[in-house]
Amino acid sequence: METPFISLKNVRKVYRTRDIEFEAISSVSLDISNGELVCLVGPSGCGKSTLLRILAGLHPHDDGDVLIGNSEFPFDPTKDIGMVFQQPLLLKWRRILENVQLPAEILGLPMKAARERAKDLLNMVGLDGFEDKYPYELSGGMQQRAAIARALVHDPKLILMDEPFGALDAMTREKMNLELLDIWQKSQKTIIFVTHGIQEAVFLGTHVAVMSPSPARLADYFEVDLPHPRKLDIKTHENFGVYTRRIYDLLGMD
Amino acid sequence: MSAANWRKITIITLVHIGFVAVWWGSVILMEVPEYILPTPWQALKTLEEENYNWLTHFIATSQEIFGGYIMAVVVGVGFAVMFSWSKVTDEAFMPLLVTLNMIPKVAMAPLFIVWLRFGVDTNIVITFTICFFPILLNTARGMREVEPDLLDLVKSLHGSQWQIFTKIQLPGALPFIFSGMKVATVLAVAGAIVGEFIQSDRGLGWFMLVTQEALNTDAMVMALLLVTLIGVILYGLVILLERIFVVQDARVE
Ligand SMILES: Nc1ncnc2c1ncn2[C@@H]1O[C@H](COP(=O)(O)OP(=O)(O)OP(=O)(O)O)[C@@H](O)[C@H]1O
Ligand SMILES: [Mg+2]
Repeated sequence: METPFISLKNVRKVYRTRDIEFEAISSVSLDISNGELVCLVGPSGCGKSTLLRILAGLHPHDDGDVLIGNSEFPFDPTKDIGMVFQQPLLLKWRRILENVQLPAEILGLPMKAARERAKDLLNMVGLDGFEDKYPYELSGGMQQRAAIARALVHDPKLILMDEPFGALDAMTREKMNLELLDIWQKSQKTIIFVTHGIQEAVFLGTHVAVMSPSPARLADYFEVDLPHPRKLDIKTHENFGVYTRRIYDLLGMD
Repeated sequence: MSAANWRKITIITLVHIGFVAVWWGSVILMEVPEYILPTPWQALKTLEEENYNWLTHFIATSQEIFGGYIMAVVVGVGFAVMFSWSKVTDEAFMPLLVTLNMIPKVAMAPLFIVWLRFGVDTNIVITFTICFFPILLNTARGMREVEPDLLDLVKSLHGSQWQIFTKIQLPGALPFIFSGMKVATVLAVAGAIVGEFIQSDRGLGWFMLVTQEALNTDAMVMALLLVTLIGVILYGLVILLERIFVVQDARVE
């Protein structure tokens, strides 16, 4: 078997605030192959964002091993991370194109090439013609698409998305789901996608990881055996219901 | 310029003309004596009086206002930046500055005059003291107002503190800096005049006190108009800079 791109072994995370210790993640083990789109679901406060922050190298973990990269896909933790959050967090004072270029600037990449790439990415997310607009001139969904382009501009190997469509209305959200699948297929990136939407998780994921709270650990991890490319009608596929059912059961929501 | 802007400018101009007209009209209609309130024209005519040395006073007060104001912007923004860089200085000095801010700055003016003797330079210091705090406090707030997730994004790429400062913090704080600067314009004008009132030998505020003794109300009103003019010029410049440097939607009032 090939070595996984991401390998977590008994990862534990404790937050320490003065005298209180809080175990945000008690033990998570997980292997993810390159190019997968893994959806992470679980109730609020179960440690999903914490896990993403550990993967992003923002928080140290307390126990266990976090390994990212393998011989075929080496991983450089200083530049191979792209992040998308619930809010687009575009810089208000920058035009869209300049916003998308931000990671390239931070990494000191050649700006001419970055500019071209940013333009291509804006094209890919359907924002051609908006390069010179300011964020306030774009709708929420469009801003989030720009944020996705920004996460891709430095060509990172791993994209971490923390409820990226959580602030969007249902219709925009479905549209963005389709676009994300499209982007994922074109870019061949490994994506970890945190969501509260169980349907969304099954619809998007090649795999779904279900986390349970107290103790915060992985309750289930399974492959979603639904064909790609997926369209909305896949939600009527009989397996789709089986998978969502499985998650609802795990989360005790039947 | 867009039609909306023309509309705005027209309204502003008309309202100002209206104000002067009401002033003028009421003085004439109610037969207000000149020593109580002159007409705009009577006030304007005092500019012809050479003994009044208008230019000297205008320049002195302008120096005080602009000098103190610019100093306050530089030092206020500088301190706020320093605080945002060092948590220790922030924790140590911010509370002190909040307390110092409570001191009625006007009441400091007599002390400054004792320490530094009166003059334009002293009035610059008084002006500085009065308009420094809003700039500092607003800038400090703006520096703190960084989205934590955005910081994470930069940190995940191992961006430097300097990159965070120049690319995120400072441009993000700019609207707050300008909002503090706008508040400070009014205070700067007041500061210079207070300094001149307490002790001075020139400036429009000092000149008002002198002409008051002779009950030359028309000259006093003219001096007041000139002080206001300096204030309006200062405010206008700040607004202009804001338009250049701050994207419309990012401005805070
Ligand atoms: N910096 C921190 N310091 C202390 N405790 C924290 C910190 N960040 C998160 N926590 C705690 O750790 C737990 C997990 O938080 P986390 O943000 O990872 O949850 P989540 O699964 O992302 O929740 P949500 O779905 O609401 O976003 C929560 O109980 C939270 O209060
Ligand atoms: Mg979260």
